[in-house]
Amino acid sequence: MLSKRVIPCLDVREGKTTKGIKFENNVDIGDPVEMARFYYEAGADELVFYDITASHEKRNIMIDVVRRVAETIFIPFSVGGGIRTLEDMRAVLLAGAEKVSVNSAAVKNPEIISQGAKAFGNQCVVLGMDVKQVGEKKGIPSGYEIVINGGRTYMGLDALEWAKKGQSLGAGEICLNSIDADGTKDGYEMNLTRLISDNVSIPVIASGGAGKPEHLADVLTKGCADAALIASMVHYGTYTIADIKAHLKQQGIKIRKILTN
Amino acid sequence: MIVIVDYGAGNLTSVKRAVSYLGYDSVITGDSKKIATAERIIFPGVGAAGAAMEVMQQRGIDRALKQAFASKIPMLGICVGCQIIMDRSEENDAACLGLIKGEAKAFLNNMAEISLLDKAVDETYRSINSEKNVQRYLKVPHMGWNGLDVVQPHLLFNGIKPEDEFYFVHSYFPMPVDESSIYGKTEYGIQFASAIGKDNLFATQFHLEKSGEPGLLILKNFCLWKP
Repeated sequence: MLSKRVIPCLDVREGKTTKGIKFENNVDIGDPVEMARFYYEAGADELVFYDITASHEKRNIMIDVVRRVAETIFIPFSVGGGIRTLEDMRAVLLAGAEKVSVNSAAVKNPEIISQGAKAFGNQCVVLGMDVKQVGEKKGIPSGYEIVINGGRTYMGLDALEWAKKGQSLGAGEICLNSIDADGTKDGYEMNLTRLISDNVSIPVIASGGAGKPEHLADVLTKGCADAALIASMVHYGTYTIADIKAHLKQQGIKIRKILTN
Repeated sequence: MIVIVDYGAGNLTSVKRAVSYLGYDSVITGDSKKIATAERIIFPGVGAAGAAMEVMQQRGIDRALKQAFASKIPMLGICVGCQIIMDRSEENDAACLGLIKGEAKAFLNNMAEISLLDKAVDETYRSINSEKNVQRYLKVPHMGWNGLDVVQPHLLFNGIKPEDEFYFVHSYFPMPVDESSIYGKTEYGIQFASAIGKDNLFATQFHLEKSGEPGLLILKNFCLWKP
């Protein structure tokens, strides 16, 4: 039986991991390669790296990070942030990432999803979605709207419609981030997660709002998510992957056991 | 030297990295001569079976692999490499290598009744959705960590524990005609063959290079395997 996945997310800026609250006030908290190895050994099922380097010229720093991570851990990891072209995707995948995540570039140019899926396979292409609740209105029947630029720019695009379109264009997975919940540590956006997960047939990773193990248990059951993204709750040592998995197991949720040698 | 077969099917460097991490030299090549005379052969792959077979035929890799199989060279297929050793694949209705009798079949969204999902998750889900009459379909691709029921012992399983899980990403799965070709099974909607083999050939539907320590262990066992 398929296990639910617990996925630490590392924001990387110019080769260093950071964790920002609502995308602001980032602070360096470590070396991404060391952290990747740490989470690999701690029982993470997968890792996500977001490159938040502002300058496109410095993207080669991230490619080097990806290459070193790939030599160090033997679980899947995806890389997102600043992926604009097929060439950006290729560079990340060739450096050793299992998947590449497209977000705002896909909103502006949906074809990048189908191009990526055709060139590298659907399983390589993750559609990253940043979503805000705006209430039902014209053009936004689900009440959830796609935003970019860390939530500052509303795109007039319905989140549910976009998820379905992303799937039909060939995305192999959706990483669904609630801007409203992100950084609050009050739990995932359950309604949004369930809405999307119920209406697509590809896996959905819930993102934004994780503060304690109970939040993961909720989103993986009631929220119908296939995987849950976590960040600060583990980065600052509040919880370990083992703490989280012990709770999930206790709740009867199928997880991959942490192996002890 | 271990030969990792390049047939244009995705990223082969992750397999090479894993092999090198274990301390073995390998070379990535699409040269059919090098393949037919290799010490050991790994043929990984993502993407479509049909596309993979087309490239193989163009480069003569299909014949090289058949020749290697007949010459008893230890061979390991991974993911699509576990599908193209069958007679054919439902994906693009492609004729494949025919080293193991049977077909690669597609997962269907409606393959699993909800009862096959995890019980606790299922019950919570049902209680939420009973009024809304929402139907839960099997998500395809089968993506993530899943178990392995060893149904027949194999040297490559040495050291593998019953609770070990492996990383899968696939929409098709091998279905050998002969039960004796099946070494491991996994449940996703149905019970499917996730590890198959015959003589000097072994293949896993899961990604050994992305399955953490248990995956590395099977890979290491393969590097030492004398069938």
